[in-house]
Amino acid sequence: MRIAVIGAGIVGAACALELAERGAEVVVVDRVGVAGETSSRCEGNLLVSDKGPGAEADLAIASNRMWRELAARLDADRGPGQPETEFEAKGGVVVAFPGGEAALERFAEAQRTIGIRAEPLDAAALRAAEPHLSPEVALALHYPEDAQLQPSNATQALLATALRRGARLLVTEVTGARIRAGRLVGLETVDGVVEADAVVNCAGPWSGEVAARLGARLDIRPRRGVILVTTPMPQRVFHKVYDADYVGAVGSGDAALQTSTVVESTPGGTVLIGSSRERVGFDEQPGIAPAAAIAAKAVRLFPFLADTTLLRSYFGFRPYAPDHLPVIGADPQVEGLFHATGHEGAGIGLAPATAALVAHAVLGTPTDLDPAPFLPGRASLQETA
Amino acid sequence: MIRIIVDDRPVEGRDGQTIAGVLIGAGRTEWRTAQTGGRGVFCGIGVCHDCLVTVNGLSGVRACQREAVDGDVVEREVRA
Repeated sequence: MRIAVIGAGIVGAACALELAERGAEVVVVDRVGVAGETSSRCEGNLLVSDKGPGAEADLAIASNRMWRELAARLDADRGPGQPETEFEAKGGVVVAFPGGEAALERFAEAQRTIGIRAEPLDAAALRAAEPHLSPEVALALHYPEDAQLQPSNATQALLATALRRGARLLVTEVTGARIRAGRLVGLETVDGVVEADAVVNCAGPWSGEVAARLGARLDIRPRRGVILVTTPMPQRVFHKVYDADYVGAVGSGDAALQTSTVVESTPGGTVLIGSSRERVGFDEQPGIAPAAAIAAKAVRLFPFLADTTLLRSYFGFRPYAPDHLPVIGADPQVEGLFHATGHEGAGIGLAPATAALVAHAVLGTPTDLDPAPFLPGRASLQETA
Repeated sequence: MIRIIVDDRPVEGRDGQTIAGVLIGAGRTEWRTAQTGGRGVFCGIGVCHDCLVTVNGLSGVRACQREAVDGDVVEREVRA
């Protein structure tokens, strides 16, 4: 079976590898190359701590387990010059400031019912876990399953492995569909036709536009997120540390600027400080407001950051669906077209489970995961398309 | 002539040199420990922040931008 995957971000790369290993003839088409957009403009979060009970949490838990095995395999199977994924099972620490304890406790209690580990840290344990954290913190929970990787490296590793399994990468832009007898049989690109028995749309925040070019309707929108990078320093942040108000910002549909603090160190020694969320289309001029807001909140969490120099900042566009669930499966109208998108800020973490669902949809591969909540034909998505 | 203390040992340089200049003049090419190994000057123009050292207790100082002052105490930064 010939399958065209549109998008060489983390989701497209994971799908390409999964499909190639299941014997499909895979062509990945991307207009800029590997991890050229969202997957290199994010933080590499593999979180279960920010998910309340529901379909996305189930997918996140499964995908978190899959990443452990997958990252080890990618690192063991590296080609010459290929960097490591920098997978770290470092765990998360979620904190509440005075007044926020009850909300965090309730959220954690609900998470425990679906098997997410959320362990309270007393004052001594918290000091040992994060010695530089503000003494103002009123409640801290340890989420040992949270992990992190370098998303650009991981995307390259997935795609490089897929290419060694026979997949091909074409750097070109999709312009339209080849339709025969009412069925999608290939892509038209700037550089010619790519024939395919199935097409998987993994174009992230641009997947709505790609769907339109292929004659389908899909309501995926961009949400801008800004991240700050400090200069390298001796390690003073040991987990993914974030303020519990992150949970509210992720689930919100509000268009205005929202921020919540997520602080973590990288193996390179830098500290990443995120993140903001704004619905401003593909506007590439974030200005200073989101950076100032997240910097101020980060200093409240880790006071030493007040005297730290920022090396740079960057931003990316997250693909989100109006009902805040990933969109994975067959297009309800165009036969031969499948989507794997809408992961918002969780695409890195959800990529392996998404690839398994795509293999299930396209090739009929068995899966323990429930595809139903993510199907592109679901009512909550059709209303807005 | 100036003398600075680098990792508890005196190093001599010329007046007006940067800390990186003093270190390179003394034959040193790496003075920060990163996970990937030793780091020193990469860009040399203050952009890459690879040459960071702690100077007189202040961390994250770019050795290529900071003029060395007689008596400066320079310490290695380690990201294990």
